[in-house]
Amino acid sequence: MDILASLGDGFAVALTWQNLGLALIGCFLGTIIGALPGLGPANGVAILIPLAFTLGLPATPALILLTSVYFGAMYGGRISSILLNIPGDEPAMMTTLDGYPMTQKGQAGEALALSGVASFVGAFFATWGLVFLAPQLVKVALLFGPAEYFALFTLAFATLGGIAARNQAKAVIAAALGLAIAMVGVDHQTGVPRLTFGEIHLYEGIHFLIAIVGLFAISEVFLFLEHPNGSAPGDAKVKLNRLTAPLSMLKETRGSMARGTVIGFLSGVLPGAGASLGSFVAYTVEKRLKDKEGTFGKGDPRGVAAPEAGNNAAAGGSLVPMLALGVPGSGTTAVMLAMLMALNITPGPLLFTQQPEVVWGLIAALFIGNVMLLLLNVPMVGLFVRVLQVPTKYLLPAVAMISFVGIYGLSGSTFDLLVMIIFGVGGYLLRKLDVPLVPVILGILLGNEMEKNLRRALTISDGDLSILWGSPIAITIWTLAILGFVAPLLVGRLLRPKKDATVAP
Amino acid sequence: MKKLIAAAAATLFATLAPAGASFAFEAGNTECIAPANAGGGWDFTCRQVGKALYDLKIVPSPVQVINLAGGGGGVAFAEVVAKRNGDDSLIVAASSATTTRLAQGAFPGASKDQVRWLGTIGADYGVIAVSKDSPVETLADLFEAVKENPSAVAFAGGSAVGGWDHLKVLIAAKAAGIDDARAIKYVAFEGGGEAVTQLLGGHVQAFSGDISETKGFVDSGDLKVLAVLADERLPGEFGQFPTAKEQGIDAVGANWRGFYAPGGMSDDAYDFWVDAIKTTYESDEWQAVMEANGLMPLAEFGADFDAFVSGEIANTEALSREIGILQ
Repeated sequence: MDILASLGDGFAVALTWQNLGLALIGCFLGTIIGALPGLGPANGVAILIPLAFTLGLPATPALILLTSVYFGAMYGGRISSILLNIPGDEPAMMTTLDGYPMTQKGQAGEALALSGVASFVGAFFATWGLVFLAPQLVKVALLFGPAEYFALFTLAFATLGGIAARNQAKAVIAAALGLAIAMVGVDHQTGVPRLTFGEIHLYEGIHFLIAIVGLFAISEVFLFLEHPNGSAPGDAKVKLNRLTAPLSMLKETRGSMARGTVIGFLSGVLPGAGASLGSFVAYTVEKRLKDKEGTFGKGDPRGVAAPEAGNNAAAGGSLVPMLALGVPGSGTTAVMLAMLMALNITPGPLLFTQQPEVVWGLIAALFIGNVMLLLLNVPMVGLFVRVLQVPTKYLLPAVAMISFVGIYGLSGSTFDLLVMIIFGVGGYLLRKLDVPLVPVILGILLGNEMEKNLRRALTISDGDLSILWGSPIAITIWTLAILGFVAPLLVGRLLRPKKDATVAP
Repeated sequence: MKKLIAAAAATLFATLAPAGASFAFEAGNTECIAPANAGGGWDFTCRQVGKALYDLKIVPSPVQVINLAGGGGGVAFAEVVAKRNGDDSLIVAASSATTTRLAQGAFPGASKDQVRWLGTIGADYGVIAVSKDSPVETLADLFEAVKENPSAVAFAGGSAVGGWDHLKVLIAAKAAGIDDARAIKYVAFEGGGEAVTQLLGGHVQAFSGDISETKGFVDSGDLKVLAVLADERLPGEFGQFPTAKEQGIDAVGANWRGFYAPGGMSDDAYDFWVDAIKTTYESDEWQAVMEANGLMPLAEFGADFDAFVSGEIANTEALSREIGILQ
């Protein structure tokens, strides 16, 4: 009951006209920022910090504004994934896999409405998780040392085959490319630069946003240049059936949303994992469990609902270590953490007891923001899908422009723009070779963390490999990883003849 | 028009400025480069000092913060040297990490004398800590354990190998009589927060970081600070922690925060900015910011700061040679 009373106090703090107004502005800006390729939640929050300072906002309103932007961007990221096959930010990448095929089938409206609801479900229940489970979850997060994280990332890679619809070998090649790109930069455990060719801009490695925008957005532009007058992918031939998700579709996907929420929330809680892992695992698990007819990757609504619920739940989950430990669970929470410190609030184990009004005000703001986002997003589906009616010859130059501005804004360096273009060319070639792009990004995102944690674990154990399976948690994860890797091979062998007969084009 | 307004504002504020602060240089639209993405320590330095400079009416308009990330600050350093060498209205955030990298040659072709060093705005002193359940009670105990079995004690820190958190352990270990710096086991994490979490989870045995990173965990009783690497006990609530010196281990490690300016900056402008940083540092407003953020006193300005930076670089270079990061 204590918790509910505190939450009530939180709502009392959050429910002022000024705060509601800030939440509305934040949600709206966040949705737009999230939808623009190259601008993700971390940029959105970073851009608005000076605004919060200039307005002289006290802690609670400032946090309300920033969390609204954060969650807005998590909602918004899906829009360009679904409509253009260009992820608006990295966690929305998995949504391209089934969201864009839905658009091609004329179901853009349904996909957007469904993903809006899934986002709400994920974020809403993750916030309840934050309310009731934060103290316990923090203890679980502490159990994760380098060895456990390494097992966790291995698990992610073991299920990688799940995302390749057709050719598994190509998915593996793509992931290997991503891993190689992840190696660029100064090695953390020795301080030695690797694959940098003496170029100082490469010392910190290649930012994954540059890779995403290059591979997805810029390569799209190249594809268009190939057929400037013809019909490039995403051309206006797409027709729209309706602008809401039918109730039956929501019903059909509620299991996917529930699983996505749980998986996403848990990976958000682990500081080293984050939203991308959440949406990725949510998708692959869903595919493993439910893809009986081979419809995933071809516009299955469940393939949209699961990762969207997952990445929004992860956003809620990542607030757990930020508030309770002062450890950012993602790039965005890192920026918010800096903001908190600038407001003289020290996140950490005592935040909940020392400054309850800030914490509960923030949590209340999350609830308000989520309801607001749902209300904003569902009616705005009609507006978003208009994007599809813009002729490609106007749309893609605009995409290119936004990409350049977004990436330049990230680091203020023209070198990054060149890297982005190189990735664009690479993405174009990979698409021509029918190599999936998503595993490349996963290789970059997860490979880096995987390597770091392996090296850390081995430093701690003086090179003794047994540390990697030295705890019950690690053993559990390894078991899951092996099952996830082996089971599909066995099951696939049993099912393949049937599957090929029905699915092969 | 904009320029006109700025000029008018500058004149206005110049006349309002306290007597004694008359310089041949007048501040206009000032830019502060934070050589990292938003949210890091350098970003904090730019934003907080920029805010104070404006609030104290030292500059006529809000300081524009530019995030120029890359190469651990090297991209910004190269940019300032190559493209903005003569800019009188530019300051760049720096810290111990900057001098560490300069010393280790991590900024290709860069040297300390290519820029002008303005001053410090405080320091974050190093701490060495263990978790509350650890049997270790003093810094000497800890290094005794290291001497007995170097592989039994893993130090976690938020910087890369050869970075500041690593060097602090080595400075302390050397002072404690451990000659083979390579025997010290150091595990690099992403930031102090992650390193503390690993310590609390029991995955590593000791933590090397800055005092501001540990505050929340000390208050909650999860962390036992063995020693602060400062000359004398710190003011305020941090005074409860013993220094390494009083335990007979003569080790000091301060992560200073401050600014440099382009090497081609005019002497008038340089004098103005040195004084501006000094005035900010001494203001009540800044003292409040320092207290709130666990920043400790460290005042070096102008020529003194330049000498301080030279000293830091020489020390780091020697240490880096010892651990083999520099050959």
